[in-house]
Amino acid sequence: MSMANEPLPFELRHETAQFGMWVFLASEALFFGGLFLAYLYGRTHWAEGFDAAARHTDVVIGSINTAVLLTSSLFVALAVVAARALRPSDRPPGDAERARRRSAHRRVAVFLWITAALGVAFLVLKGIEYRKDWLDGLVPGTAFRLGDEAGAPPVGAALFYVLYWVMTGLHTVHLTIGVGVLAVFAVGASREADWVQPPRIDVAALYWHFVDVVWILLYPLLYLPGRAG
Amino acid sequence: MNDGNGVGAGFGWLGPAASSAGERADLLLLVLFVVCGTVALALAVLIVWFSVRYRRGSKADRSNPPSNDWRLETAWTLTPLAIFLGIFAWAAWDYAQLSIVPADALPIQVLGKQWMWKLDHRNGRREINELHVPLGRPVKLVLASEDAIHSFFVPAFRLKQDVVPGRYTVLWFRPTRLGEFRLFCAEFCGAEHSKMIGRVVVMQPADYARWLESGPLRPGLAARGFELYRSLGCSGCHDERSTVHAPRLQGLLGRVVHLQDGRSLVADENYVRDSILLPKKDVVAGFDPVMPSFAGQVTEEDLQALIEWVRATGDQRTGGRG
Amino acid sequence: MNTVTVDRGPAPPAPPPQSAGPSYLDDGHTLASWFATHDHKRIAILYAIAITAFFAIGGIAAAMMRIELATPAGDFVSDDTYAKLFTAHGVIMVWLFLIPSIPSAFGNFLVPLMIGARDLAFPRLNLGSWYLYVVGGAIVLASLFLGGLDTGWTFYTPYSTMFSNGWVVVALTGVVVVGFSSILTGLNFIVTVHTRRVPGLGWFRLPLFVWAIYATSLILVLATPVLAITLILLAAERLFQIGIFDPAHGGDPLLFQHMFWFYSHPAVYVMVLPAMGVVSEIVPCFARRRIFGYRFMAYALLAIAAIGFLVWGHHMFVSGQSPTAGMVFSMLSFLVAVPSAIKVFNWTATLYKGSIRFDAPMLYALGFVGLFTIGGMTGLFVAALAADVHLTDTYFVISHFHYIMVGGSVLAYFGALHFWWPKITGRMYPEIWARMAAGLVFFGFNLTFFPQYLLGYEGMPRRYHAYVPEFQALNVLSSAGASILAIGYLLPLFYLAWSLRAGARAGPNPWQATGLEWQTSSPPPTENFASLPAAPDDVYGYTPRLGRSPLHVDGE
Repeated sequence: MSMANEPLPFELRHETAQFGMWVFLASEALFFGGLFLAYLYGRTHWAEGFDAAARHTDVVIGSINTAVLLTSSLFVALAVVAARALRPSDRPPGDAERARRRSAHRRVAVFLWITAALGVAFLVLKGIEYRKDWLDGLVPGTAFRLGDEAGAPPVGAALFYVLYWVMTGLHTVHLTIGVGVLAVFAVGASREADWVQPPRIDVAALYWHFVDVVWILLYPLLYLPGRAG
Repeated sequence: MNDGNGVGAGFGWLGPAASSAGERADLLLLVLFVVCGTVALALAVLIVWFSVRYRRGSKADRSNPPSNDWRLETAWTLTPLAIFLGIFAWAAWDYAQLSIVPADALPIQVLGKQWMWKLDHRNGRREINELHVPLGRPVKLVLASEDAIHSFFVPAFRLKQDVVPGRYTVLWFRPTRLGEFRLFCAEFCGAEHSKMIGRVVVMQPADYARWLESGPLRPGLAARGFELYRSLGCSGCHDERSTVHAPRLQGLLGRVVHLQDGRSLVADENYVRDSILLPKKDVVAGFDPVMPSFAGQVTEEDLQALIEWVRATGDQRTGGRG
Repeated sequence: MNTVTVDRGPAPPAPPPQSAGPSYLDDGHTLASWFATHDHKRIAILYAIAITAFFAIGGIAAAMMRIELATPAGDFVSDDTYAKLFTAHGVIMVWLFLIPSIPSAFGNFLVPLMIGARDLAFPRLNLGSWYLYVVGGAIVLASLFLGGLDTGWTFYTPYSTMFSNGWVVVALTGVVVVGFSSILTGLNFIVTVHTRRVPGLGWFRLPLFVWAIYATSLILVLATPVLAITLILLAAERLFQIGIFDPAHGGDPLLFQHMFWFYSHPAVYVMVLPAMGVVSEIVPCFARRRIFGYRFMAYALLAIAAIGFLVWGHHMFVSGQSPTAGMVFSMLSFLVAVPSAIKVFNWTATLYKGSIRFDAPMLYALGFVGLFTIGGMTGLFVAALAADVHLTDTYFVISHFHYIMVGGSVLAYFGALHFWWPKITGRMYPEIWARMAAGLVFFGFNLTFFPQYLLGYEGMPRRYHAYVPEFQALNVLSSAGASILAIGYLLPLFYLAWSLRAGARAGPNPWQATGLEWQTSSPPPTENFASLPAAPDDVYGYTPRLGRSPLHVDGE
């Protein structure tokens, strides 16, 4: 069997793409992990400051956003299931097969559009929240203050907000990239393009789920401390 | 050559260790050198021996070369492990002693800044880039930085401690030899890092006492601290006659303090410093967190003076030494 | 092919068919065929050229430092310039030379060949990694040309955020970009080793070099992102003064040190594991016998990678971290030394009952074993808490890590260069010159760095531009050694270049080595193998009976 320029079998390409995405997500986990490490350090040394600071994050918007993202993950998973019908076949498709593929393309497109729309909704809410945070003085620097609280903010509050802005900012960047990728796939699916294939949808969905999981970890750390009593 | 015989001897090759911790460190280093050197030599001999005996073309027996031997592998896994853990334990024990400051240690406030050392004795005698200490008595350095991270390093004592801005670090030693010893900054802190050097002078206790009283005296650190205690308004709340409910500061250093969140700690220099700069950090149980922060109103040297005053109030209560 | 003078042995396997297509070097001569290539072998060459250029720049910085340090007074360059020199030396040598060196040059070239694959799993990503590396490197160099950086490669705060006048943010950007190159390279290797092995090639039949690249790649993927986020936070602090690491704004300098060393300690294992893999290929070949303790060697690589993530605090014993933390990190540091010791014993045992030749690759490999042993043992000195209190931040530590990084990794790099030179270029290098260079490097290296152990014990701190007179004698020895080392480094530049034109042509397997890379022509065709190779029965199936010189001028 010659090795020159022969395309690899479908299963191997699928496995490679998925495995590659898992390894990439491992590196992303450690990318965010550095920030979690810093959070752990701050929480250990300045627990009161962190609690006081966390009381000023907007738990309403944060909670709505959590629901939005979890729902979006549902829809991207539905897209993955729908895309399974798009596996390339060796024989040219007959009529029934073509109809099945067309309807699969449509479903994939719809699900991806909904996911992307929910992602955009998250971004809009996040933008509103950021503006509110800024007006409340929650940006570390010389003008840093904790909303209407009197007196200087406790030690650790500034570090908490540095981490808040960087962690959510990094998450937002990742989410935006995800929205872009899903939108591209959605357009491709509505045009029934050949490059819309199950391994690629899988890999994009995996990335989307990762962004969701990061948010699920961020939410309790940034929105819930200090509110129990 | 440094013969360790009093002030004025030139600096040469590092002599024997001049502190109690240093003597132990030298012993540890010697043992490490002997153990590692022996093993390294044995490996070198083995490699050379194999290289010669089994060189291509030699008439050695090459039948059945072994490709593994789990007993051998286990042996040369567990033996180094045991030796390593032994060294670890010895070194860790010695290191732990460095955190246990003797109660009778002579406190010296040290301020590192780009690019000099300021050292203050309790009676007000200030030194720049020099530290005079008595032989045989433990000395405790409370190290502060005004800017970047520095590191207080005396090779003769085999000791160093990073000096970190924003907090105090502590280094204690007991000099065991007379002489003059190099003092270096060992953490890169800017252009003149390599010029931030000085010397430590170990004197006979009687000579030290004489030296301490001679020379330009500024008001003692504690006296300056008391001045600040009044001028900054601390006495307004912390004085015994104040109507404001505030913790008493007399004898605070070394006392156990119970905090609002249920923890308790032993008040040390860092605690006093944090209480002045970050009063909401560790609030004492039973008190309201109403103390304002003095960050920006006190310099590092002011803080050192205030801490020395608090220390002095403890001495008065116990009738301790000056 | 095996040809022996006395014992003909079994019939040799058929030579690779010449109808395999042009060698990868002949497959296109345009600039585009190189700069837009997907071929892992060409990408490896691109890396090797860039790595060599960066090594030269980092080396020039070191040369200038050693010239300054030959006299106690700071009379050669200003103190500010000196700080920029040691920073440039560290940043370039760590991120632009050592981390990419063996993985990106030799890993890229050899891993697909060794596992019988046509290329890496993601060839275009591989090219992307090279571009990221070169762009990141250019940004780092830009920070030097703009005026330099004086923080040290460790960027400790608050000096780097508040007091340095250097081009910090530019340099940080360059390093972060290079970091992404590392992550993607590691990702590529991991997926390749998992999915592209030729059928029948199980994990425990892989060459140890592949294991080493795999273990290294795990670290690259998991540790480098933490560096990226740390440096991004550092840049934000410097630009916006927000108070993460700066105490004047409520931050903590020790937080920076924890985050920085969490990456930078595993990074040193990125620098040494591939070198260990190289040595594990060279020693069996030139001792003509199987490596001793294959499974232990493979597990030791993984153990070093794993435990290496847990020891970062040993860089901070005098930093002001709690003594308890110090004890935990010290104990773990002693643990990580154990698998390294196992490897040294196994290499030594591989010489037993071998039939040893001392060609240049073997000289470099044996040099590695000796110098890595010394460097590793001095690691025990600094892992011991009470000893480290004296030795840290002095020339002792500098010597410790140079013994491993130069005496270890650089020697292994040169060993790999000579061992696989015939495979990569199709030419043999001149053996006499190569042995001379190896000797000069070994001698020059020891003369440069052994005195530094003594200097460190004597108390000479690191990063000193001028020093007290009693340190001069040892410094002069060290600078003298550096000049010899420099010659040893320069020689290969000349004779290897010469060999490209006039060196003897090499056959597919001039060393009579095992391993799939030797079953194809030298240099290999673009698709690596004319037909899918069979998994070898025995990856280290050497026999010591061969008596003839392995150098075959007309190929086999």
